Amino acid sequence: MNQRFVAILSLVVLVIASFISLDLNWAAFFEPDALSSMGRFVTEFLHPDLQPAFLTKVLFASFETIAMSALSTVIAAFLGLLIAFKASGVRSLLNVLRSIPELVWASLLLIAVGLGPFAGTLALALHTTGVLGRLYLEAIENQTEGPAFALHASGASSAQVFFFARLPQAFPQLVSYTVYRWENNIRAAAVLGVVGAGGLGKMLSFHLGLFQMNKAATVIGASLLLVALVDSVSDSIRRHLG
Amino acid sequence: MSTAPADLNPPLHDPASRGRVIALTLFVFAVWEMARLTEFDLIGFIRALSDPAPRAFLFSFFPPAHSAEFLKLALVETWRTVAIATSGLFVAGLIAVPIAIILTRVLSLSSIGLSQRRGSFLSAVTKRILRSTLIFLRSVPELIWALLLVRVVGLGPTAGVLAIAITYAGMLGKVYAEIFESADQTPVISLLHQGAGRLQSFAFGLLPQCSDELISYTVYRWECAVRSSVILGFVGAGGLGQQMDLSMKMFAGNEVCTLLLMFVLLVALADWTSKTLRKVWE
Repeated sequence: MNQRFVAILSLVVLVIASFISLDLNWAAFFEPDALSSMGRFVTEFLHPDLQPAFLTKVLFASFETIAMSALSTVIAAFLGLLIAFKASGVRSLLNVLRSIPELVWASLLLIAVGLGPFAGTLALALHTTGVLGRLYLEAIENQTEGPAFALHASGASSAQVFFFARLPQAFPQLVSYTVYRWENNIRAAAVLGVVGAGGLGKMLSFHLGLFQMNKAATVIGASLLLVALVDSVSDSIRRHLG
Repeated sequence: MSTAPADLNPPLHDPASRGRVIALTLFVFAVWEMARLTEFDLIGFIRALSDPAPRAFLFSFFPPAHSAEFLKLALVETWRTVAIATSGLFVAGLIAVPIAIILTRVLSLSSIGLSQRRGSFLSAVTKRILRSTLIFLRSVPELIWALLLVRVVGLGPTAGVLAIAITYAGMLGKVYAEIFESADQTPVISLLHQGAGRLQSFAFGLLPQCSDELISYTVYRWECAVRSSVILGFVGAGGLGQQMDLSMKMFAGNEVCTLLLMFVLLVALADWTSKTLRKVWE
């Protein structure tokens, strides 16, 4: 009870200190200027641009976004497997890869690769390698030792043990982790473009920059559709695995 | 004459090979196409790394910037990141709790058979609208909300706080409603039967059972909000992210390094805080 009191008190102090220390400008939100621009945003937003020429552009950007998310997941799965198989000593590297968010990776990589979907793909791949590598390692470490031991005992090499005992045993779980990360990556890929890394996000920040809300609405709608699509695909993959 | 050796050693043939070859071919083709679409160019990347500018940037990471002045700036920005997350989550809670109360079935009068048909139709429509609003709020990523809001309220923490408030209101509202729904309904129903108001029934019949779970979930979301809040800085919503963006644009690798370290420490600290706090309510 006492502990809870202290905890509640510290939460309250944290909230109050936060509000006091930030120079929040709530008035800006209710100024006539902001209100009228918000009203315009909303009305334009409710009339998305559905002209064929623009839709084609959105479709292409959607493909780019899907490609970014899927390719980066494939690369990360490959690297993650390699790590799970060979290099269980690289946990700290995995932690570094994982703890830096995709968006930060993307803006770091932009300096080397320049603007475009490639930087986004690399950024997603790096972050996801950190996540998947750790999940794969744990999945393989937590499995029963029987099959691997049996193969070892009958003289199989460590590569054979990995490919014929450990990998098949963990396979459903690995696939389920991988498609879960893909779901995550399509969401990330749709916003990475905001820092210049291609795809739908790039279109979005471009049109928002020009205050073309009807076009922005189309792009946001497209990215919501993409996310729903990938979710349903990955759901069916997972259900297929049982 | 011995029998043909083929009988003793049947050819090693994988019965599934055809399907596997087809799947592999399709996979390679898909990866190839995606690589083309994303302008994938690993050699170009490696070559670019040896260009003077990116190399200078990379080498300037070490040692990290550690002048007292910059460290103070970094600390202030780190606190602002925490403050944006905390304020945002608080506002999110203010939005989410009333919505969750409205959405809770047991608190409606129809749960004790006191509602007319027209009223229940209206309330069904209201609930449908509120539910879809929550879905919309949480399915648009906070970064996009921030991009929009920066254009309404200008650069700075206000946009960040609002973006977090909007997205997390969507998440908290949904989960709070689920927590209320899964609680034991009998105390509420007996309070309602005895003539207590709906808010009273909520406060004395439902809230006491759920408060631990509510706090625990909110603290977990706070940890996520701290992470989001760093990212929001990149579109100009203040805090650590904004400073990181500035330092990157000035190619000040040593500053970026310090800020990244700060970020990792901050996430670890938020993680620890949220774990400790949640243990108090377990």
